[in-house]
Amino acid sequence: MLLADGRLPAGGYAHSGGLEPAVAAGRVTDMPGLERFLIGRAQTTGLIAAAFAAAACARAGRGDFSDLPDLEAELDARTPSPELRKISRDLGRQLRRALSSIHPDPRFEALGAAPHQPIVMGVAAAVLGLAPQEAAMASLHESNSGAAAAAAKLMPVDPFNVHAILARMTSRLDTLAAQAAAAAEGPPSDLPSTGAPLSDIAAEHHRRRDVRLFAS
Amino acid sequence: MHDDHTTAPKTRALRLGVAGPVGTGKSSVIATICRHLRDEFALGVITNDIYTDEDARFLKSAGVLPEERIRAVETGSCPHTAIRDDVTMNLMAVEDLERDFAPLDIVLVESGGDNLTATFSPALVDAQLFVLDVAGGGDVARKGGPGISGADLLVINKIDLGPHVDVDVDRMVADAQKARDGRPVLPLSRKQADTVEKLCDWVREMHKTYAGGDHVPVDPGPMAPHHHAHDDGHTHRHD
Repeated sequence: MLLADGRLPAGGYAHSGGLEPAVAAGRVTDMPGLERFLIGRAQTTGLIAAAFAAAACARAGRGDFSDLPDLEAELDARTPSPELRKISRDLGRQLRRALSSIHPDPRFEALGAAPHQPIVMGVAAAVLGLAPQEAAMASLHESNSGAAAAAAKLMPVDPFNVHAILARMTSRLDTLAAQAAAAAEGPPSDLPSTGAPLSDIAAEHHRRRDVRLFAS
Repeated sequence: MHDDHTTAPKTRALRLGVAGPVGTGKSSVIATICRHLRDEFALGVITNDIYTDEDARFLKSAGVLPEERIRAVETGSCPHTAIRDDVTMNLMAVEDLERDFAPLDIVLVESGGDNLTATFSPALVDAQLFVLDVAGGGDVARKGGPGISGADLLVINKIDLGPHVDVDVDRMVADAQKARDGRPVLPLSRKQADTVEKLCDWVREMHKTYAGGDHVPVDPGPMAPHHHAHDDGHTHRHD
């Protein structure tokens, strides 16, 4: 719950998870569009992040950090946009900064200089005594509610409708978390690679816009 | 990139926050401080912007410090969150700057322009200035709020504009003093050298107190106390 809470002081509020560029480009204009966007995001990059969180959690849980560089490299390979790679690492540093203050643990030191956010999420879950599937779940919910919360600032919405979408998506996220956890024990190269190329392209365009509410 | 990114910087600067509503001259106050004190102190600046990195660009183009010592943090549409509820982004930017240019004497953190209730958390800065301007209206100081009443220094900026906007500067300063319970108020115009010197003196004095280990950060508090004053009138000091 702590990890998945958008109010965790780790800087997530400055990001819209790709919603702002999608709204700006006219790809998301109404509530059904928002729901499709969130589902699409959860099933692609959301699943990747959840699987990496689960994999990092499984490894940190047994105190084995030898795979971390491979996990980092594999996640880089699944994130074609340099901008999104940078954001993931910035958010990872922030999450580690927040959690190592909230719940100090030597295992946070095993993460390199600028670890990807899902990998920090996985290690943090292990530190907090959670299982890989719970790490995946935290990753999916945190990412989904963050993007949904941004909708209130980007679109003319009724916040109740946004939360209705989140409520409808819970069983879908459960399934995705189970899928992520099932893949977690395998080698890093076999983790899901369900990319969403449009979100990578959009993130690059977004960086170059002069006026934006969210950093991504 | 090294693993020392996981640790606190070895030298810690005085972290000085500059808050205040949009358009009151926060960037200009920072530019003034940099211009006059850059030969005395090793300085760094973090700017916060809602949209893009406009303020950092302004300060860089003003040439008040080497460009690499001015860094922008994009706060999304929540400038107050970045200085109060979730300071992680700013804290890391400050720590990175202190590490990259060690030893720094003072890091100035400019808040994104917000409203009268936005103040810095003591977790982010050691002391803070709150900036108002006469053009924003002579009654603003009287309205109070945590920044106006509790910041370490209240700056009333652009006093040279008073006659043009029908604001009685002396009256506004007196209102502010009344709201601040003895804490300092500084009427400022960058066109009046004596007021700029007073600003610099305040920064020098704050740095001296901080470097001597005598400074204890004071939280102005998140709520406006002056229209709902508690009996002791010290609501800004709660922990």
